[in-house]
Order: sequence, then structure tokens, then C-alpha cells
Amino acid sequence: MNWKTVCTINDIPKQGARVLKREGQDDIAIFRAEDDYVFALVDRCPHKGGPLSQGIISGHTVACPLHNWVVDLKTGEACAPDVGCTGHIPVRVEDGQVSLDLK
Amino acid sequence: MNKPKLVMVGNGMAGVRTLEELLKLMPDFYDITVFGAEPHPNYNRILLSPVLSGEQTLKEIMLNEVEWYAENGITLHMGKEVTEIDRVKRVVRTSDGTEAPYDRLLLATGSNPFILPVPGKDLDGVVTFRDIRDVNLMIEASQKYKKAVVIGGGLLGLEAANGLMARGMDVSVVHLGEWLLDRQLDRTAAKLLQQSLEDRGIAFHLQKQTAALLDNGTGRVAGLRFADGEEIPGDLVVMAVGIRPNAELAEKSGLYCNRGVVVNDTMQTYDPRVYAVGECVSHRGVAYGLVAPLFDMAKVAANHLAHYGIGRYVPAATSTKLKVTGIDLFSAGDFMGDDGTEAITLSDPMGGLYKKLVLKDNKLVGACLYGDTADGAWYFRLIREGKSVAEMRDVLMLGEGGQGDVGHAGQSKVVGMPDDAEVCGCNGVCKGTIVKAIQEKGLFTVDEIKKHTKAASSCGSCTGLVEQILINCVGGAADVKPKSEKPVCGCTEHTHGGVRKVIREQHLTSLRQVMDFLEWRTPDGCATCRPAINYYLISTWPGEAKDDPQSRFINERVHANIQKDGTYSVIPRMWGGVTNASELRRIADVADRYAIPMVKVTGGQRIDLLGVKKEDLPKVWADLDMPSGHAYGKSLRTVKTCVGSEFCRFGTQDSTQMGIDLEKDLTGMWSPAKVKLAVSGCPRNCAESGIKDVGIIGVDSGWELYIGGNGGIKTEVAQFLAKVKTREEVLELSGAFLQLYREEAFYLERTVHYLHRVGLDFIKAQVVDNLENRKALYERLRFALSFEKDPWTERVKEGVARHEFEPLTV
Repeated sequence: MNWKTVCTINDIPKQGARVLKREGQDDIAIFRAEDDYVFALVDRCPHKGGPLSQGIISGHTVACPLHNWVVDLKTGEACAPDVGCTGHIPVRVEDGQVSLDLK
Repeated sequence: MNKPKLVMVGNGMAGVRTLEELLKLMPDFYDITVFGAEPHPNYNRILLSPVLSGEQTLKEIMLNEVEWYAENGITLHMGKEVTEIDRVKRVVRTSDGTEAPYDRLLLATGSNPFILPVPGKDLDGVVTFRDIRDVNLMIEASQKYKKAVVIGGGLLGLEAANGLMARGMDVSVVHLGEWLLDRQLDRTAAKLLQQSLEDRGIAFHLQKQTAALLDNGTGRVAGLRFADGEEIPGDLVVMAVGIRPNAELAEKSGLYCNRGVVVNDTMQTYDPRVYAVGECVSHRGVAYGLVAPLFDMAKVAANHLAHYGIGRYVPAATSTKLKVTGIDLFSAGDFMGDDGTEAITLSDPMGGLYKKLVLKDNKLVGACLYGDTADGAWYFRLIREGKSVAEMRDVLMLGEGGQGDVGHAGQSKVVGMPDDAEVCGCNGVCKGTIVKAIQEKGLFTVDEIKKHTKAASSCGSCTGLVEQILINCVGGAADVKPKSEKPVCGCTEHTHGGVRKVIREQHLTSLRQVMDFLEWRTPDGCATCRPAINYYLISTWPGEAKDDPQSRFINERVHANIQKDGTYSVIPRMWGGVTNASELRRIADVADRYAIPMVKVTGGQRIDLLGVKKEDLPKVWADLDMPSGHAYGKSLRTVKTCVGSEFCRFGTQDSTQMGIDLEKDLTGMWSPAKVKLAVSGCPRNCAESGIKDVGIIGVDSGWELYIGGNGGIKTEVAQFLAKVKTREEVLELSGAFLQLYREEAFYLERTVHYLHRVGLDFIKAQVVDNLENRKALYERLRFALSFEKDPWTERVKEGVARHEFEPLTV
């Protein structure tokens, strides 16, 4: 476990996302759904690597901006009939502070 | 908690479709039990013909496997026939004593084949063509016997005849009517069809009434005797003389029946707990045997079972197609015509081609095509849209023409295409892949095909081809509705037009209000409906409805164009394509400073900086110090100009200045889809005004305005709207047309498609003939634009949406 606080929940707009840049590693997209659930995925669509953080968020899914694949925010799995998966990162929100488990 | 119980009697296409629609709306609302008399789960009955002919297997035509029922928590009783409905105790009983109580009952008992009441009808070797059992009996018989007789020259009869012939039998078809398919074809087309089937070896006995079936002495059929005494031999007799709604069970349980279970517009029988759908019902005196209306019924019934209570079944024009490989035949609507209609026909009997279009009051009401059905889907759409075809009357017969101009080698017909031919040039999808997906996944709509194969999901230019493939595979079951009839997306039943209307009439100003008012099925919509609603809101209530950036595609949210690697492109505005040394110097400096990998001149006479990192965007904009070119939006893009009378020795008008004036007048205008303009200074038209949404051509005596041109996916030549004299008139008329388009077009509908949908006459009446309306439209546009600010300046100077451009770090 390596929990790191990255921002407050108010730093992310509802139905929006922020990008966490990491040296030498894939970016992480942190999403806030309309119901204030927060999720984090590797910012790379399983289809052609599009930045999921830039997509339209609805419910607990995001539509990739490049070719409209829909990815489940909780699991990183592409929604049927598409098949594929991007990594998901555990998230904790406490007192409005958003932390990720960056192993 | 005890869920209400829903019992369905009948496990066929209409019933199961109702359950699927219901599960989409309310996945866990009911405890569902299904009784089916056949020992199979739901299969695609329409495709029994290709199974008989050996082109498909039973496995391929299964729509819902047993697992589907289990996954959805449905209790399935296969091979059990319900024999009794106790409406007082609300329970159904089967012949083997199984009971199931219900709160709601759905009858989907389908139809029974009609058996001619002639002597010998019960002999061995006399079969109908209705289910898997019949097909197996026919296949068995084809292995032992030689001569088959099919009674009935309708769709089913001919498909049976073709199938048996493919299985090696000698086939004769007996038909009471004057010509084949007398409910689908007129006489001329039917004669062509008969000729072609005779060439394949099928014999026909028309206008013959069957009097008796003959016994070979052992209880098996040996032939037929007609009413005129003539006899023909046959070891297998297939009766395909029509179907009757199977209302026996309903009738026995006291439900009102009249040639079918009588239902109202919400698919309810006289017992409000009991619904009925499919071939067993009689709706306003009509029973249906084609699958498209059954699917429409399924939608309505599901809607009411889910307690939504908004659907009504309204019969729509239907289309049919004969599923005999190599024979192309399509009919739709009222193809026979009567005293009140007129017909346009094209007849080439030697070439095996016949087309008939039936018109009434300048609207297409029916079509009958033989030999070339490529335009069937297009005609069908015109019939269902019911709009005037007066303007295209002279070319109507030529069809939609060149469906898919680019990206599929000019193919416009799918029939002759080999399986490995590319249909979708964007996503590299071949015909065979699409056919396979349709068959294996049981697809009925283009949207489903898009999802499963990605064909037609990018630029959409191959949609016409995909529609044709769909129709070729599933015939009349193909759901090829025009956009005006389709729901916006899977989140709702409502159409684009319906949503617009409600926003205007109910004065709705936020997405939340729209979704609540129209009872959206998803909590916050999806990537398809949100941008559409957002556009409808801001275009209907400018200044009042607040733009929702989270409901905008990324390009419009950050005012730059996303590229495949996640970088962005930046195109500053160059009014009318005119720039100067100082701007060019700043652009060059920015390119150096931010290490921009490519600088490219666009087709719209501007300069594109490609490969800009997102976090650099605000700095790039600040250093450029030029307004946004909106090259990323469903909005005004650019006004292309030629040099014009300032320098050009041919120029009659100052097209460059007119372009600049128009661009300044319209900048910041959001629209249903992108909008491009051009102004040329003489009819040589160097600015290519003929392929722009609004194209203007200067002539000595003034300006000509053209609308609805398109230079992209499918080249469309703009149509002449009007000629005006002054600069002010050009601005007002262009603005008024664009405002009309902004107020009425569906989201993502280009001007060319809007123009095709409503017709040039309508637009002329609104903006050319009615000067008051033209003025009012233009004023509404000016009002809407008064709220727009340059988005780059807002972000650079006012810090709008800063979170978009600042990454987080650990």
C-alpha cells in the first residue's frame, strides 16, 4: 500500500476528470462521476491508447474521445460488445481529500 | 420483497422481443416465466427459408440460447403448451398440469398455418411451413422423395419451393391468384419473377384451385386434383396458403377475439392484466404477419409493462423482400396504387429489371422493385418520412445514387459484392464480417451493426450499404427508420424532434430538467444524448440555458482538436483567409517556442499548428494573440474566399471583403454540425462555393446564394436559394438560413441532410419569400451571438476552465 493524496474532490469537476502525470510512467486519469464517486484508471484506452481523461463521463463510464469506446470506470473494462481492459487504481476519498494507492 | 409475476405464453420473436425491451427498461421489475410449445428457445423464424435451402444451419438462426433466459432470471418451460388461463385466480395451466400464477400475462401465441379443408389434408407427406419441425420434415422428405408440390405462391410458398429445389426435388407451385406474390407485387414484376423461377426449374400452376389430395394407397400423399379435374403428382405437399392468428387459448378463456386477440393501441386485451403481441393479435381489425410491426408492438407492450405508459402502437408502412438467393425483389407501402395515385415505372423485361414507384399528392407511398433493389431502403425511408418528393420527381427513379461516394471503391450495390469487399473504409470492415455479425448475433438495426462491427460508425458514408446488407439478410425485419423516427439514443424513447419540441414548449433550460421531464432511463445520459441536448438548450434559450462543458466533446470543451496521440491542433482565425506579416511572424515564433512538430496550411485557408501539448494550449493562444478559429466545433468554421475584384482581373465583386464581413458576422455561432461558407467573386467560383453549407457567388448585378453543399464524405452540389443585390442582404439572408437550420436541424445533421429532409421549397418560403420571418430569424441569431466571447481570450485572460490545462503531480 502506498497511498498518496493527489487533490481534493473539488479540484475535479462533476462528470469530469483530472490527469496525474508521473515521471516515466503512464498518466493516470482521475474521474468524478455525477454522484461524486471518484475513480482512477490508467489514462489509456484499451482500443488505441486514447486519453480516457478527455472523454465524456456518464454514469460510471467514460466514452473515449478517439473512437467512442465506452469503458467502465470501476473496472477499466470496455463495455460490450467491445473487449479490452485498462488498469484501475484504488481510490480513497476522506474529508474531501482524494488519495490513490500508487504501488 | 415479492416481485410481480409476469407470465408469457408463446416463446417466439414478438414475445421474446417484448421481454428484451422490458429488461432494457426495468431489468428487475418482474418475476418472469415463459411457456413455449416448441422444444426450442427463441429462434429467427424468418430465417427458416435459408435453413431449408441449406444456406444456414439451425444453430445459426437461434436468437436467444437457453443461457440467455437463465442469465435474466427467466423461468423457461420449453415444449409445454398452455391449455388454460384461469383469469379469476390469475393462473395459467399446461397440458401436463404445470401451473404458473401471474399478475400480468403476455400472450404471444403467434399464428397457425391455414390448412385447406380438402379431402386428404391429413395424409402423410402433407406439411406446413411454420416451425423447425416442419423444416426437418421437409428436409427428410427431400432425401426420400422426388416430387414436391407447394400450394401457395406467396412469400412463404416461394421460399419453400426454392428451398426444396435446392434440396434436389422437382417442385411445382400451385397458386389460386392470377399472379405470384399478389400481396407483394404487381402483375408485371410477378411475371418477371415467375420467368426467373421457371428458368431455375420450378413449374407453376396459376389460377388453380386444389380440390383434393390423392392417397397412394398406403396413407401417403401421391398428388393433387384441381377443381377442373386435372391431376398432378407429388410425394410431398407443402401448404403455404396463409396464416391465422392463434387466438384459441385467448378465446377459450373468454377474452374478446375477432380474427385474433383484440387489443387496443397499448397492446392490452379486454382484460387489462392481459397483454398480447405478435401475430396472434388483431389491432384495429388488422392482423400482422411481418416482423417489423411485431417489433413495434413489442416496444409498446414493454413500455406499458414497465409502467412507463407513453407508447402507442401506430401501424407504419411495411416492406417485404423475398429471401431467395439471386432474386432481388423488394416492395413497400402501397405498391399497387389506385385511382387516387400515380405511378412512375421503369420496365426492362429483357434485362430483368422492373421498378414502380407509387405517388400520391407528391408523396411516395409505395415502391415495387425487381432486379435491382439497391435503393429499396432509401425508397422505404421516403415512404415512412412522407415528405414531398415533388422536387426530385424527375430523378426519383434513379435512386439515391452513388451511396457512399468515397472509401468503398464506388460500390453502391451490395448484392454483387464479394464477402471480402470492404464496406466501411474507415474501420476496414468487409461485407462478410457484417453478414456474419447479423446472422450470429441476431442483429436487426444499423445501430447494432455499428456497435458490433464498427462499420458505419465513423464517417457514416457507408450507412446506405450497411442498410442494404441488413435488408438482404433479414428482409422486412430490418429496422431502417429515418433519424426523425429514431430515439436519440439508448437512454430514451424520444426522438430528436420530440426533445427539441419539449425544450421549446416547456421552457426547459437545463439538462437535468430535460432528463427529468422526459424520464430519461439513465441517471445522467450518455456521450450521445448529452451533447445533443446541450446544443438544443443553448440554441433554444440563448443567454438563459447555461452551456454544460461536461456535455461537450473534448474538442469543444478545450477549444482545440484532439489528435490520435492525445496532443491538440491549434488553428487561429484568419478572417476570410487573409493574414499579414505580423501574424505569420507570431505563428513562426510560437512554432519554435513550443517545438510544434508540424505547421500545415488547411483547406479552409488558414494555418494549423499540429501536435501541441494540452498544458501548452493557453500559452500558445496567448502568444499567438489571435482569436479562435473554431476549427474543432459544431460551429462556424471558416469563410473561404477568392481574391475578388480588388486584384483579380475577372472579379466582379469584392469577395474577400464579403467573406471577412460574413465571418465577423457569424463567429462564435454554435450549430447542429459544422458550417462552412465560401464567397467567390465571379462565376469561375475559385472559392468552391458550390460545395459549402452556404456558398456565395458574386455576379455583375449582385450576389447569388447557394445552400446545402458539401465537399466531404459525399460530394453534394449546393442548391440555388436566391439572388440579392447588397452586402446587407447577403448577411441577413445567410444568417436567417443558418438560424433556421440552428433552430430546426437535428444534432449532427449537416445542412445538406436538413435540406433534404425539409425540402428547398420550405426553406425558400421561410427565408426568401417571407421577409418578416427572415428579419426575425436574423435578429434571433444576432441575439444568440451577443452572448458569445472568444473562448481563447476567456481562457488566457480570465482563467476559465483552468483545471483542464493543469495536470496533477504526486
